Amino acid sequence: MDKIVIEHLSLKYPTGTESLRDINLKIPANAITVLFGPAGGGKSSLLRCLNRLNDLVEIQTLSGTIFLDGENILDPKTDVIALRRRVGMVFARPVVLPMSIRQNLTYGLELANEKRRSRLDEAVERGLKLAALWDEVRDRLEDPAIALSGGQQQRLCLARVLANQPEVILLDEPTSGLDPISTGKVEAALQELKKEYTVILVPHSVQQAARTADYAAFFLQGELVEYAEGKELFTHPNVKRTEDYIEGRFG
Amino acid sequence: MKRRFAVDRFLIQRLGISLISLVALLTVVPILAVFAYIIGKGAPAFSWQFLTAMPRDGMRAGGILPAIIGTFYLTLGTAVFSVPLGIAAAIYLSEYARENWLTRLIRIAIINLAGIPSVVYGLFGLGLFVLFLKFGTSILSASLTLSIMTLPVIISAAEEALRAVPQSFRTVSISLGGTNWQTIRKIILPEALPGIITGVILGLERAAGETAPILFTGAAFFLPHLPNSPFDATMALPYHLFVISTQVPGMPIQIQYGTALVLIIFVLGMNLTATIIRSRARAKRQW
Repeated sequence: MDKIVIEHLSLKYPTGTESLRDINLKIPANAITVLFGPAGGGKSSLLRCLNRLNDLVEIQTLSGTIFLDGENILDPKTDVIALRRRVGMVFARPVVLPMSIRQNLTYGLELANEKRRSRLDEAVERGLKLAALWDEVRDRLEDPAIALSGGQQQRLCLARVLANQPEVILLDEPTSGLDPISTGKVEAALQELKKEYTVILVPHSVQQAARTADYAAFFLQGELVEYAEGKELFTHPNVKRTEDYIEGRFG
Repeated sequence: MKRRFAVDRFLIQRLGISLISLVALLTVVPILAVFAYIIGKGAPAFSWQFLTAMPRDGMRAGGILPAIIGTFYLTLGTAVFSVPLGIAAAIYLSEYARENWLTRLIRIAIINLAGIPSVVYGLFGLGLFVLFLKFGTSILSASLTLSIMTLPVIISAAEEALRAVPQSFRTVSISLGGTNWQTIRKIILPEALPGIITGVILGLERAAGETAPILFTGAAFFLPHLPNSPFDATMALPYHLFVISTQVPGMPIQIQYGTALVLIIFVLGMNLTATIIRSRARAKRQW
């Protein structure tokens, strides 16, 4: 089942740099879809369209449609607050809010006016368990979140998104600043998460793309070059440019 | 040859550092001198009675209670008007306003407001609050005048404090489903608060020590009673100091310096509070 359907999506920034050109992409539920390619290819811009975070920056033109469960989320009438609860995002650099571990987890729910202690506690435990962080922090939930290591912080950011009970999780190079062990933990968590969620990942390397992708989309200079099942794309790419990139002939 | 050059360079550096340290030390000298002088001359006047009694004998004896109370009221009144307005303006400029000609105009206005001589504020307050709005020579008029003078300080300090909060906090809060206002209330304001409070106190401290803006708008030469409404005129420490130093013949010198000492303690006390808040916040800051 396709969770997200993107049709003819084009995006231009006022600096004149075209970021996305006529993107057509169907993203299935309960799978990890990987968007990869060299820097400046438009992967992050696409992610930011999916939860309308691009609203925060100046955009010259944005055209096309993005359907989430059949609803066009680019419609001006879309409730972006509700959308951002359904489509959560983890950023490249872990940004923990200046509060305790627990407060970081409950922040999203409190924004939605959830005050019941039981619900909040439940969300904290659920989020941390799904992000494979529960065992490491269960005894110190009241500690400032900044005291955690970089890898823990990034899993905290993932847990914070999960506590909001989203349907789609966007991850923009979530492991780019992490050591291999932390990276492994995040990737393992993603494999668990795809059972319940739609996961869209911008990986920080081709290797990670190949390791994690159920579906893979190769972006080059704002264009979607090739889109296929992960296994297929990384073993028998159809397009020469994809093949060149995967084999490391340019980057 | 080379060796000697190295030694010379070392010497020059030592000389330079000594010179800079000396100059830095020199800046401390005036403040200490002022302090020592005022304490030395004013301390004899200090007594419980000096702080809590009304002036007697044409202000040549007794205490300075009405001036202390007056300055307290004026500072409070200034805070009531300038703090909410200043913080609101700073939030608008930092969090909502887009960069365009209007916000540029506002910023230029704020900068220029800060540069206007304080006596001009006094005249403006006389024209607008005392005469046109008919508030009379009163605590209200003086507080409003001081507020206008204090606003640019508070706005600039608060805006700077708000802008110092990392942009990533805003992005994360929005991405978790926060509205702009929720983000400001729950993250940005708490983080910026120590900086804002510091700016507020520094602004109010300046207001507390000013004479010119209250000269025509609310300060009284002498009042036999304490003010009991915002529409009363009031005595105030800086103006009282001016009066007893220049307008009253036969004034005992220790009363003049005693008054100066009280004013300095008042202002430095506020300054110290600001410093403590700032350093505590810095120690607590986690990013």
